[in-house]
Amino acid sequence: MATRQTQGLARLMRAPAIILLFVWMIVPLCMTLYYSFLNYNLLNPTMTSWAGWFNYQYFYTDPAFFEAIRNTLVLVLGVLLITVVGGIAIAMLIDKPIWGQGVVRILVISPFFVMPPVAALIWKNMIMHPSYGVLADVAQFFGASPVDWFAQYPLTAIILIVSWQWLPFATLILLTSLQSLDTEQMEAAEMDGAPAHSRFLYLILPHMARAITVVILIQTIFLLGIYAEILVTTNGGPGTASTNLTFLIYRAARLNFDIGGAAAGGIIAVILANIVAIFLMRVVGRNLD
Amino acid sequence: MARATSRNARVGWTVAAWFVALLIFFPILYTIITSLKSEQEAIAGFDLIPSFTLESYQTVQSQNNYWRPFTNSVILAVGSTILALIVAIPAAWAMAFSPTKRTKDILMWMLSTKMMPAVAVLVPIYLIFLRTGLMDTRIGLTILLMLINLPIVVWMLYTYFREIPGEILEAARMDGASLRDEILYVLTPMAVPGIASTLLLNIILAWNEAFWTIQLTTTNAAPLSAFIASFSSPQGLFWAKLSAASVMAIAPILVLGWFSQKQLVRGLTFGAVK
Repeated sequence: MATRQTQGLARLMRAPAIILLFVWMIVPLCMTLYYSFLNYNLLNPTMTSWAGWFNYQYFYTDPAFFEAIRNTLVLVLGVLLITVVGGIAIAMLIDKPIWGQGVVRILVISPFFVMPPVAALIWKNMIMHPSYGVLADVAQFFGASPVDWFAQYPLTAIILIVSWQWLPFATLILLTSLQSLDTEQMEAAEMDGAPAHSRFLYLILPHMARAITVVILIQTIFLLGIYAEILVTTNGGPGTASTNLTFLIYRAARLNFDIGGAAAGGIIAVILANIVAIFLMRVVGRNLD
Repeated sequence: MARATSRNARVGWTVAAWFVALLIFFPILYTIITSLKSEQEAIAGFDLIPSFTLESYQTVQSQNNYWRPFTNSVILAVGSTILALIVAIPAAWAMAFSPTKRTKDILMWMLSTKMMPAVAVLVPIYLIFLRTGLMDTRIGLTILLMLINLPIVVWMLYTYFREIPGEILEAARMDGASLRDEILYVLTPMAVPGIASTLLLNIILAWNEAFWTIQLTTTNAAPLSAFIASFSSPQGLFWAKLSAASVMAIAPILVLGWFSQKQLVRGLTFGAVK
């Protein structure tokens, strides 16, 4: 087989995917960058002019921007904390010798396949609704007054919903990692009289470290882009109490028709995501060799 | 650990695991139950036993024209996945079987495109769709969903293809197989399971996509994710009907998902956890 011919063929086979992704990545991003320096509002498109750094300055001086950054961080960190700690606990529980492990796995993994708008609406109406939700029924059963989640604790409510969606993902990946743990090593430690907590700290946790890192990084990428859950529950409110960066940019672009401002916000989102991405690429890249 | 576990401990762990599993599954279960209630029952307080009426399912289908978004979801999810496979299979194949020095860099770069936040390109994509008449069309959204998931598809296929041992190819070559025979009779049968897994996972991801589908559709091309999101205040759709619409939107993908647990881990971690 002629190697040169094979390599030519391989290049031809790779080309469409590479060209498509290259265009998909570079063209919209350059357009965003260009728009971010324009005064451009869709309500008044004829008045478009060069804005310099104005859009960035505008974001920087807008109190809603800092609240959105804060909300984004709280949302990401809150969900990560719940899903990683909960995921480790549930993975270890499912890994025990239990009856019906297959069914338990299926039940636990299910929320991940529920599309975001449905998940949010189920929680909003069935679970957290102050008069018809299950939590209100539970509160009344104990004689407490029901909580109006989306008015009083909007960000917490969204964190709970998103955690419910991502807990299965964390559990499944951590369980996969746990099941590859060398059982002989565990038994040896047990026979040597290592207590449960030190077996967890010195054997299980180090073994899962890599999987935990992957869970954190992949979830962070998706969590930075949380959108539908906010749209159908709080619509970013009350005020801007549950507006994250994604939602702020969506509002600028689609509700205020401020193309320049939304583009500047988009560039800021890219910079934020890139910081996370660099870490993820290192972890995944190491595995490639 | 099994040898040391007494029956009592096993009962204890089983009860605990089932309790947690049912708690996590509860919102879905309760939605299914509510979908089988009448509207009066649905808001009458906590009750796990419905009257098993299919009233809500019928209303959603007749009043809200449910089949349009359902068909759109199927077309978008399956269409974008097949398009992605057509582009990705040759690329992953080439990278797995004739890797060059830059293959690893290309793969990492593809992964990096997945990290671009969707909202960063909302403005240009929205304007492009407006100006080219792609807004609220199935074809526009199919292409977009294909581009979004292409990096995952290439990666998943690559990790599957890479596991096909090269020695088999050499053996086939020594036996005088041509390139065509090699592809048709040696590689394809070994690649099919990986392709099937990729197909499954990508359909799930495309079905559940809820940013672009909401931004770029109104009625004509709106899939279930956008359709359901339009009921964010249950004025037009009450509890039982909302539940019925939700169950119909998630049921097909829930079943697909149960069959693809293993592939999910692999696909979503880009092969970093298997």
